[in-house]
Order: sequence, then structure tokens, then C-alpha cells
Amino acid sequence: MDSLTLPRTHYANAEYGLRSWLLTTDHKRIALLFLGSISAFFLIGGIFAMLIRLELLTPPGDLVSDDTYNKLFTMHGIVMIFMFLIPSIPAVFGNFFVPIMVGAKDLAFPRLNLLSWYIFITGGMFTLAAIALGGVDTGWTFYTPFSTHASQSNVMLAAVGVFIMGFSSILTGLNFIVTIHTMRAPGLTWFRLPLFIWAIYATSLINVLGTPVLAISLVAVALERAFHIGIFDPAYGGDPLLFQHLFWFYSHPAVYIMVLPSMGVVSELVAAFSRKNIFGYTFVAFSSLAIAVFGFLVWGHHMFVAGMSVYSAMIFSVLSFLVAVPSAVKVFNWTATLYRGSISFQTPMLYALGFIGLFTIGGLTGLFLATLAVDVHVTDTYFVVAHFHYIMVGGALMGYLGALHYWWPKMTGRMYPDLIGRIAAVTVFIGFNLTFFPQFVLGYLGMPRRYHAYPPEFQALNVLSTAGASILAVGFLIPAVYLLWSLKYGKVAGPDPWGALSLEWTIPSPPPTFNFDETPVITGPAYAYDQREGQRA
Amino acid sequence: MNWSLPLFPAGASTMAGKVDALYLGLIAVSGLAVSVIALLIIVFGVRYRRRLPDQRGATVVPSLALEIGWTAVPLVVGLVMFVLGAHVYLAQARPPAETMDVYVVGKQWMWKFQHPDGQREINELHVPVGRAVRLTATSEDVIHSFFVPAFRMKADVIPGRYTTLWFNATKAGEYHLFCAEYCGTQHSGMIGRIVVMDPNEYQAWLSGGADGGSMASQGQKLFQDFACSTCHLESGQGRGPSLQGLYGGKVALANGQVVEADDAYVRESVLSPTAKVVAGFQPIMPTFQGLVSEEQLLALIEYVKSLQARPQGTPAAGQQPDTRKPGAPPAPRRQPAGRAPGGARN
Amino acid sequence: MPDAASESHALHGQPPAILHEPALKHHFDDLAQQKEAATLGMWLFLATEVLFFGGLFAAYLLYRVWYPDVFGEASRTLDITLGAVNTMVLICSSLTMALAVHASATGERRTLMVFLVLTMVLGAAFLGIKGVEYYDKFAHHHVPGPSFHFEGAAPERAQLFFSLYFAMTGLHALHMVIGLGILAVLLFMAWRGRFSPAWHTPVEISGLYWHFVDIVWIFLFPLLYLVDRHS
Repeated sequence: MDSLTLPRTHYANAEYGLRSWLLTTDHKRIALLFLGSISAFFLIGGIFAMLIRLELLTPPGDLVSDDTYNKLFTMHGIVMIFMFLIPSIPAVFGNFFVPIMVGAKDLAFPRLNLLSWYIFITGGMFTLAAIALGGVDTGWTFYTPFSTHASQSNVMLAAVGVFIMGFSSILTGLNFIVTIHTMRAPGLTWFRLPLFIWAIYATSLINVLGTPVLAISLVAVALERAFHIGIFDPAYGGDPLLFQHLFWFYSHPAVYIMVLPSMGVVSELVAAFSRKNIFGYTFVAFSSLAIAVFGFLVWGHHMFVAGMSVYSAMIFSVLSFLVAVPSAVKVFNWTATLYRGSISFQTPMLYALGFIGLFTIGGLTGLFLATLAVDVHVTDTYFVVAHFHYIMVGGALMGYLGALHYWWPKMTGRMYPDLIGRIAAVTVFIGFNLTFFPQFVLGYLGMPRRYHAYPPEFQALNVLSTAGASILAVGFLIPAVYLLWSLKYGKVAGPDPWGALSLEWTIPSPPPTFNFDETPVITGPAYAYDQREGQRA
Repeated sequence: MNWSLPLFPAGASTMAGKVDALYLGLIAVSGLAVSVIALLIIVFGVRYRRRLPDQRGATVVPSLALEIGWTAVPLVVGLVMFVLGAHVYLAQARPPAETMDVYVVGKQWMWKFQHPDGQREINELHVPVGRAVRLTATSEDVIHSFFVPAFRMKADVIPGRYTTLWFNATKAGEYHLFCAEYCGTQHSGMIGRIVVMDPNEYQAWLSGGADGGSMASQGQKLFQDFACSTCHLESGQGRGPSLQGLYGGKVALANGQVVEADDAYVRESVLSPTAKVVAGFQPIMPTFQGLVSEEQLLALIEYVKSLQARPQGTPAAGQQPDTRKPGAPPAPRRQPAGRAPGGARN
Repeated sequence: MPDAASESHALHGQPPAILHEPALKHHFDDLAQQKEAATLGMWLFLATEVLFFGGLFAAYLLYRVWYPDVFGEASRTLDITLGAVNTMVLICSSLTMALAVHASATGERRTLMVFLVLTMVLGAAFLGIKGVEYYDKFAHHHVPGPSFHFEGAAPERAQLFFSLYFAMTGLHALHMVIGLGILAVLLFMAWRGRFSPAWHTPVEISGLYWHFVDIVWIFLFPLLYLVDRHS
């Protein structure tokens, strides 16, 4: 068999020089700009996490001061959520693959796409400035009146930074929605789209509709802090809880911004590595939309003990149970896809299967929190911390790593050594569970979150958790090494190293600047593994 | 290094068992669901592993019945969980009619308790076993949260409003009290303990006495010191309405609204007096915002509560003089029903 | 231009295209698709603006329901005449904007420029009147902050009304200023003859934006100025 060679000209070498990258409008180059940025931010957020876990090895607060600790968990949250998770899959893999998967040459608004990256970097710089110039200590949730009246830290800088980054999300989401609506190739009807596109579409709806509310909430906090306008201050008749409603109206849908794209990736991975159509394609597609819609209706479940009436609490509780159903439907459909598939356990698939298991646990513990009487006990404890890390790390991040390993050969033209990839995936899985499962126990025992020091009886579980975090950190560092290594020394991948069928695998690796030699014409559904040909005519 | 590995917290209130039952039920259901999914993934993964490099998966016909089934089952299970959870939650939210009252003021970074008899405690609360205790809590600064894991009880404590919590401790002992809403530098230091005592020991502790007298008598002194009594004459003929029999009743306002005279109403009347002007009176009361502390406000509330049925013929607040028929009994004074955590708003 | 197009096509293995409309971006198939994308993009952007203003409207709604008397009292200090005049000014500016869009569609370059200028003049008039109102607030010490002073019951709650007034009208005014900037750019492009019946999308989607800013004011005026006015 001929050994594969890299194409002579592709998107990454069509033009050279810093200007060609910093002024690019090629969606693939912009994706790489985001990839570099968010990887750096992930490292920063990860360092904060390690410091937190090191402090929590011992009951008294003895590694860092209490103010420093408060800044650490605040900045860990802000960096991981706004500077890593929210952009992650959409800004890297969405940017790279949405045009290709719909058969287009670029996104609808390429210059807006570049602007989106610059806005992200600008907001990121403000936030990093807040960190470097002494930190923020309000929690990523900026609750009033602490953030407006009591905090002595760089609240304004951080709020401005997050505000600016929000516009990056909005513009990216807008770009995706318009592209998917107006630029699909001939024959590519909605129900022939890959499920990744459905997931990105649903995510973009949330991005576009939810983020503005966060923006205005942060504006209100800034105005209150600077000018004491009274909007959240009881002395003026204002209500501190108004901030919570406004904040969570965005921030609950935000968690779906973080996990929906990963679900889309999992659909791609399960289909590709079982070489089989996703079971219940239509139901999975509509589930993405249902999650986006219902996700806007449940924000009050973050506030069950905050002072709402029993009736409001009950409404939000029942809606929170409803929003869990479409996610369950997806898990069942993915599992059913494995039935009579041709399953390969290469690295991306390990991440996908890890996602399914860990997201299921995370989602089920969400039901614990939706159950009012239980939530009264476990809210604001480590139970919640464990729950959201199961979704965000066990779910969203695993999906991101799966996407990275799946699409790495397409983006770079090179393969990484799969054996080490699998070892790293297993290390992540083990390290993750050891870190966060003990936290469920800690939470029910009553250890509150955001605690710098804790009663001695909680130590053993905290030590277990920190041990797990060290293993997890190693699991994250290994891919950084072999992926970078593969850029120079990895085997040439060729157009379709996995034997997968979606449009991106029909073009060279790495792809040419304008993606397709000629506009593809689509003649059949996605994931048609049982036909001899793929979708393209 | 402390090697103890607790896995489940002690339960020491009437609600703890109910919450634990829900929790264990949820664990059982979740455990089952996770096991089934994991098992299927493992079984399918092994049974259908790829054996040849070009092998593809089979065509499997979609099944509407299956989709409907595994949509309906989680939906029903979820709704059952909701109902069970809401049922216990309503019990958590509604204190019984007969309670022992304690007032709580949270501030950065301590918990201050006031018993009606006048005892003050900081970061420690003594209560008897087997009695329903109702806490009325507020914050002096930022949002805190009053959390006693052993009672499975938690509610945010918010500046500008009163939050109600209740519990009935079932076992003597000492239990952790934590602040559970991040409140700044010493958030993790804002901890204390609830000391639950056998009834006779509690009596002994109580009779240890309080300097300064009961909260109501402290409130009465404040009422004099702040010169409230110059306008709020008992007869109702002063510049302000009489407060006799006010608490727990209804008040007719100048704008036609009728409001309940609860804790929040009394507090608001002191801090923002022109917001709700009583019918028949002028908006001339000055504000005491910044002059009176949260604890003083609670003492004043206790004092107003203590102003029982007014003498015959004296108009209650909000009524014009002599509108009642002669000989009509005074309006009964009732304890306001317990409110959901979150208390009454201003 | 044609050379660049055929060169870029040749670079990527495609035959040189027939000279296409200079306004057509190469990643679109045709002008119709490009226009559809631009229009959908603008509608989506306006949806984000609705949510952005929506947060302030939610806060306003809450406090108005809680403090109807105070809000009524504070609202009555606003100049209803100036507010009504401003409303008419904006509505007229939407008319001139619509006429500008029409002129761009029929290729009437001068008419287009006239209506763009008229719209800008009306927009500037709105901002001028707003400036007069703001100055008036400043003179009466109704600007929230250390020098705030309000005669009437519950002055601190009145300050809440004025905070929301300034936040909502200020945000609106900011959008007007941006709108004037957009119109200036359109004016420049029209002067350079960039628009034609075949392609005038920027005028159309800017018209959408301008109408949206107008509609926000249509909501702001009754909510802020017309509370509790019975006479």
C-alpha cells in the first residue's frame, strides 16, 4: 500500500507569516487561534485547581491565606468557565468543522469570526489583568451585595473582562446559526446534517439569547459598585436576589452551552467508532433543541434556599426534572447505537464512552439537586461541586478531548500514537473519579463549598480527592506531550484514518483553504455506514 | 492526619430521617440506572467489538416504541421524585404552630443569637430536645446561609429581609453550624455549634439568666430612647398610630392597600416609614436607617409583639376612632403563620 | 478585481470565474444567499439586543410592581412634552429611514443620501432633546449619587427609579449614537456609489437596526414617562 503523504498546499501553509495568521479570515486558522488561546487558559485554570486541592489536604488553612484561597477558587471558576469551557468546542471544532460539515467554503461572516477571536482575547486580557493585579474574590457567581459593597478585589476589571468575552460567544453563535440556515450544500436537508451540527446549532441559540442577560447583569453590578445606584441594595429598596435571578437566567443555560457541543461530539464518535448510524437520530436531534429550550426555564433551581416562595420552588423543581429527560434520551440512544455495531476502542471512543458514563452520573446527581428536600441539605456543599465537575470535566471536557483526538489527524495531517492516547484517557478517567466521587460524600456529610479550612473529620476524603487530582493532572499533561510530538513525528494520517463517513473525511488532511474542490452534492443521510458510499454524490 | 472516614452524617432532627430516606432512594434509583447503562456498554462493547478492519455496523431499524418508552419512564420516575421531594420540602418550609422563637443575626463573620428571654449567644445556640424551634434570621451585611447538616436544614440569610427556619432536635448533643453562602475572607470561619440539651439541663442553662432583661423589655427601652413613644401614643391620638394589638393583625394603608403587620412590616416601618403610611395619618415619621442595628430592630419587634390586646374603646392602628360598635371584643392577637424560608418581603 | 478573483480561484484548483458582482463575497454562491445570510444575521443580533435590554426591563418591572406610588411620583417629574416630542422625532426618523431603504432599492443615489441625512438629523435631534432632559435632571439633583435629592416620600426608592431611568435611556442613547455612526458610514458608501438595486443590503439591515432602536424607545416612553398620569 502506498504510504500516505501530506498535501503540498493546505490551509496552514497556504500563506506564511504572523500577519497571515493574525489577519486571517479562514475559519480553520481562526479555530487554531482559539485552540492555542484556550489551551493556555486551561493551564492557568488548572494551576489554580492544583493550588486549591493542595490547600485542602489539611484541615486548617495553612498553605495560602484565606483571601488568597478565595481568589483561587474564584479565578479557577472564571477562567475555566469563561475562558475555557464556553469557547472550547464551538470556537475550536465548531469553527473548524461547521463550514466543512455543511459543505461550505467558510462561515457566513468570516471577518466577524476573526473579530470574535480578538474580542475574546481582549476580554481575556482584562480578566488576566484582574488576576495579575491582585485577583478577584467574589466567586465566579459575583453575588450581591458582596460583589457590589464588600469585596475589596478587582471586581470591575473581572466583570468588564467577562462582559467583553460574552460578545465573542454571541458573535460565534450568530455566525453558526446563519451558516447552518443559509449555507448548506445542495441536498443537505436538516435531517441529513451530522448531529454535531444540531448540537452546535442548539448551543448557538443559547449563546445568542442567554449571554446578553449575563452582560446586562454584569453592567448592573459595575454600576452598583461604582455609583451605588441601589438596584441590588436593600437600603434603597433594591433586592440582592434580583442579581441572582438575572445571573442564573444566563448561567444555567450556560451549562448547556458547555455540555451540548460535547454531546454533539459524542454522537459523532459513537457513530464513527461503531461504524453505524446513531440509533434514533431524529430523537437525538430534537433532544438538543429541547435541552436548549427547557434549559431557559430552570434557573431558579440554583436558588431554592435563597428566599423564594415554596410555589416558585416547586415550579422550578418540576421543570428541572423535565430538562433531564432529553439528556437521558440521548444516553439511551448512544448506548443502543453500540448494539450490533462494529466497535473500535481507539482513543476518541474511550473519551466518548467515558463521557457517557460520567455524564450519566453527573446528570443523575442533578436529580438529587432537583429534589427540593434533598437540595435544602446539599446545596452550597461539596455535593454540588462534585455534581458540576462530573458534568463539566467528566462530561464536557471528555467530549473536548475526544474531539481533539478524533479531529487532530484532520486538522494537522498527523496521527498520534494511539496506545499512549488510550493510556492517557484511562488515566484521566481514574484520576477524575478519585478526585470527585469523594466530594459527593463530603457534601452530604455537610462540608460547605468555598471553604478554606474545614473540620478535621473531613480530612481523609479531602486527601483522597487531592490524590485523584494529581493523577488527573498527569492524565491531562500526557496528551499535550504526544500531540505536540505528533506535529513533527506523527504518522501521516491521510484523508480518513478512522474509516468515518462525514464530509470532513472526504477532503484531504489538512484541508485546503477553501475546503472543497467543488461544492459537494448530498444524496443521503448522515452515518450511512451500511451503504457502500457515503453522503456525497 | 485525621484518618476517620465518615460516610454518612448523624441525623438529629425530625426532618433528617425523611431527607435521608429520599437520598437513599435516589441513590438506589441512580445506582440501578448507572449499572444498567454501564453493563450494556460493556456487554455491547465486548460482543460487538470490531474484528476485521473494514467491518461496518449492521443496519438497525429505529423503534418508536423504544423511544417513547425510554422517554416516558424517566419522565414518570422524575415526576415521582419531584412529588416525594416537594412533600418533604413543604414540611421543611412550614414551621408548626407552636414554636420556641430565637432570633439570628448573621454578619461577617459570626452568628449572633438572641433569645426572647434576653440571653445572647455568639456562634453557639442552646436549644432543648424535642421542641420546635423557629429561627428568624437576617444579615447585617452580605448574604450568608444558616446551615446545620445534622438537621438537614439550610436557608440563606439576607440583608434587608427576615428568613424563617425551623427545626425540632431529636437528640442531645453538639452539632456543626456552618455558613454556607460565600461571604468573604473568613467565610470558612463563620462556624459554630448548636447545643441540644435535655429539657431540664436547658432550663438550668436558661436560668443562668441574661443581663439586660428580656428582648421585649430591651425593646421597650429602645422605644423610649428613640422617642418613639412621643408619637405612638397608646391612645392612638398621637401623631403616629398606636401599636397596641398591632402585631399579627391587618393594617389599612393610606393608599387603600391592606397589609399584614408581621416582622418585615415592623422593620420596614422603622427604616422606611413613608413607604407604607397608615390610613388617617401623615407621612411625617423620620427614618431610623443607620441609627438602629438589626439586633435592636429584633428587640423592638419583640416589644411590639408583646403589646397585647388593647384596652376597650381604643382604636387599633389603622382604624378611625370609634368605628367599632361599643362592647365589641378586641381583635384577637394571633401568631402569624410560619412563612417559607425567605420570610416576608418588605 | 477580476484578476484577483481568477487568481484566487486558480490557486485552489478552480477555473477562473466569470466576472461576478464585486459585492459578492467568494464564500457565498450568489448574492441572494449573501443577502439572506446578512438579513438573518441582523435579526439574530436584534434578538440579542432584546435580551440585553430585557434585563433592565425585568428590573424595572419588579421595582415598579413593588413601589408603584414612589415610581409614579418620580415619573411625574419627567417632562412628558419633551418625551412625546422625542417619540415623534424617532417615529419620523424611522419613516425617513424606510424611505432611504426604498431609495437604495430603486437606485436613486441622491434621494438615498437625502433621506440618510434626514434620519441622522432627526436622530441627533433626539439626542439633543435627551441632553436637555438629562441636564434638567442634573439641575434638580435627580441624578443618582451623592448629590441626589428628592422631595417626596421614600427618596431612596425614588433614586431607584432614576437609576433605572438613566440606565435604560442611557443604554438606548448609546445605541442611537452607534446608529448615527452606522448611518454616517452608509452615507459615505452611498456617496461613493457602492449601492445598486442588485445590492443594497447594508442599507436594509441598518434600517432594521434603526427601527429596532426606535421600537425600544416606544416601550421606554410609556414605561418611564406615563406612570400614574391620570390627567
